[in-house]
Amino acid sequence: MADETGKFDVPALDNLTPGIPSRRQFMLLGASAAAGLTVPASAFAQTERPTNPPDKPRGQVIAALSQEPTVFHPLMPGIEVDQGVWWQIFSPLWFIDPDGNFVPDLAREVPTIQNGGLSADGLTWKIKLRSNAKWHDGTAFTADDVKFSLELINNPDFRVRNRVGHSLVKDIKVVSLDEIHWRMEAPYSPYMSILSLTFMVPKHILEKVTDPNSSPFHNAPVGTGPFRWGERVPGDHILLNAHTGYHGKGPYLERVVFKYIPDLTVLYTQFRTGQVDYTGLQGILPNFVQEAKTLRGRKIFVSSTASVEHVAPNLEFGPFADRTVREALYLAINKKAIIDALNYGLPTQTESFVPQQAWSFQQGLPQHSYDPAKANGLLDAAGWVRGAGGVREKGGVKLEFTNSTTTGNAVREQTQQLLIQDWRAIGAAMRVNNMPAAVIWGDFWQQSKFNSVLVSVNFMLGSDPDVTPRFGSGAIPAKGGRGFNTYQYQSPEVDRLLAEGAKQFDLAQRKVLYGDLQKLVRNDLAMLPLFQGFIAEGVKDGLLGFRHNINTSSNCWNIREWYWA
Amino acid sequence: MARYVANRLMQAMLLLVIVSALGFAILHLAPGGPLSQFAVSSQMSQEDLVRVTRQLGLDRPLPIQYLDWFGRMLRGDWGRSYRDGEAVLSVIGSHLGATLELMTTATVIAVLLGCWIGVLGAVRRYSLFDSLATVGAMIALSIPTFWFGLVTIYLFSVNLGWLPSGNRQTIGDGSLLDLLHHLIAPAMVLALVETAIWGRFMRSSMLEVINQDYIRTARAKGMPEWRILTVHALRNALLPMITVAGLQFPTLLGGALVTETVFTWPGMGRLFLDSIGYRDYPVVMGILMFSAMMVLIGSLLADILYAVVDPRIRVG
Repeated sequence: MADETGKFDVPALDNLTPGIPSRRQFMLLGASAAAGLTVPASAFAQTERPTNPPDKPRGQVIAALSQEPTVFHPLMPGIEVDQGVWWQIFSPLWFIDPDGNFVPDLAREVPTIQNGGLSADGLTWKIKLRSNAKWHDGTAFTADDVKFSLELINNPDFRVRNRVGHSLVKDIKVVSLDEIHWRMEAPYSPYMSILSLTFMVPKHILEKVTDPNSSPFHNAPVGTGPFRWGERVPGDHILLNAHTGYHGKGPYLERVVFKYIPDLTVLYTQFRTGQVDYTGLQGILPNFVQEAKTLRGRKIFVSSTASVEHVAPNLEFGPFADRTVREALYLAINKKAIIDALNYGLPTQTESFVPQQAWSFQQGLPQHSYDPAKANGLLDAAGWVRGAGGVREKGGVKLEFTNSTTTGNAVREQTQQLLIQDWRAIGAAMRVNNMPAAVIWGDFWQQSKFNSVLVSVNFMLGSDPDVTPRFGSGAIPAKGGRGFNTYQYQSPEVDRLLAEGAKQFDLAQRKVLYGDLQKLVRNDLAMLPLFQGFIAEGVKDGLLGFRHNINTSSNCWNIREWYWA
Repeated sequence: MARYVANRLMQAMLLLVIVSALGFAILHLAPGGPLSQFAVSSQMSQEDLVRVTRQLGLDRPLPIQYLDWFGRMLRGDWGRSYRDGEAVLSVIGSHLGATLELMTTATVIAVLLGCWIGVLGAVRRYSLFDSLATVGAMIALSIPTFWFGLVTIYLFSVNLGWLPSGNRQTIGDGSLLDLLHHLIAPAMVLALVETAIWGRFMRSSMLEVINQDYIRTARAKGMPEWRILTVHALRNALLPMITVAGLQFPTLLGGALVTETVFTWPGMGRLFLDSIGYRDYPVVMGILMFSAMMVLIGSLLADILYAVVDPRIRVG
């Protein structure tokens, strides 16, 4: 891991000292305990380092995943488990630590306006690079690799994951082997966060391939990360070996094995019987968590994720267009029952689309209260009168709708039953219309063909709260927009805040802008937030260094720091 | 005989074309697609999804996609997996060994055990053994494979600690002993239903044979009972089992699908399940064609063997 903490116009945070929790962590622990919240795993991780890492890599870790990593080119479309492998093989210019700080990796320092890396208008970026980083085949990493990576992303023939932010990059100039400059077509501050999840690829290998979408590199990748490609047994495991020439601290393990175990019950059983050392995505099922905590020789970390479980209303659909209806529905949800009875009390109630651990999280949003009487009163006052069967209606529009989620997700299906019950009490009729994952997240979701959906979404771009693709008026696919505003939410004020936030580089000012944005979305109830997602992960005793990082999709992000005590 | 085989081959080819067209249509007409998994991710936008769809050629009319795929398949190019970019034949090949290992072991167990139970049940008809075998077969056929797999893990791995709870081998240990140790539980689970089927068929086949005149004649001549059963009765009773063996392949493959999931066995069954979940069209079609070929080859071989054994069939 790089030893220098980069700042992005951020007031200095407490430095973390291994073994001694920082003031911030003590506050987090205290606040969490008082509120009965989940304690961030990073807080535990820092206190569990009784020994030092070994001088040279030792031992192996078998990390179990419930989905099979299959995409090893880190710029192509991949899923969360793929990212877990990318973190071991590749490096970004900088990454985000669990406390939200940008930490230089392949870059020598994180560019800021203060250090001259960014021009005051945010248009010119000057990146100084490490000169000691090497690719796994021994070739030196240089600025040419960064230029190649950024140009590959914008290559129209390349099947890149996305070009958000990257498409604004123009006039890339390699100043020297360890310095690169570029100009942005328009100021775009979320690009800092996007780059923290953009892994660099080797020019000297990929420039020779005829088809950038298909080459031997795709199944035997070469990177600058802490582990080298070993072998892949399809459908079973991926083995990575320590890269002893790694430019940062670590790795301390000889090998990492990503073991694919599709069934979560089987995954937990193998953790229980000691066949795997760590349960990665999707972790331990909530119904096993209490039992898992009693297992000898195991540690269980329950951590919040950046995803927010919510009811997504289609705001263009009949009754949902009326804000009063949305407020009444929200008031009538017994969230406590959903959290405690169905999710074993593990998640945290939330009012925002921003995770509570993020710098941009807005404190003091109006808190949800379960109040069916008030909900009934609101609907009465707004002219929604009870008709046949107790279902309300107004102007010929009935307060009835469907709710959809993924078939077979038992907890969500139970949540739907509670919602039916809660909403029936205020004269709203909900019917279940569930579908398999591949069906529901197709056109049905993307083209807003639903009435309402029960879904979990990570709204963040890494650690950035820019939600233009989710809530921007120009991001509604059903209206020809480019994004994922399937809610069909439109608000000129939200658009203004999003546009301003994206070109603002001062963190304090961004915090104000995105705070206002969260207030607006909460007030409009563009979505009905239920709780912030969580993941329960198990680690064998003696395996140290695990740190939950809400800013990455996979907690395998720092296996380079893991070691056996 | 050659004409009979040629006829059967032609029928098999026609069936393969029908299976491929139907499979392709059903798979592609099902809502969703290979990119729907990204729809709730912040990683890709709608615009990205449209772009990648175009790059993969998924925006072309379905008949064009089918003809393109079929033409390439005839030339030996079964396409590339959407998930990892590997050639489909290579993806299937990398999973085939594990499945064959599991299926062969389970089949050997099922045939040996099933035939023994069947023969003994027929010989000792209505005895306590026969009754127990009948009840046991009914239970075995009724038990869901998934549940039986989990119970096996709970009993032998979690409680007794005798067997590994899954995987094909311990990573880093490629010994035969380790492989066999991992094979016991899944093979046992997969063999359960097969044993019951073989036992029931063998029993009824054996019952038919041991009531034949030539068996009575052999007994009248004073031939030892074990010789009558093994040399005269068993050989003839096994003949109808050729058909059973030929048609058991799909059942076995279906069972392997569940068993492989429970025991994290990296075989074809699990690959098929995963590929359907991801809508990895080229791999799903590849497995579909491969399985269809195996089933057709199985039944073709059974028919040919039967024709060889019983000339009346090819004449008729």
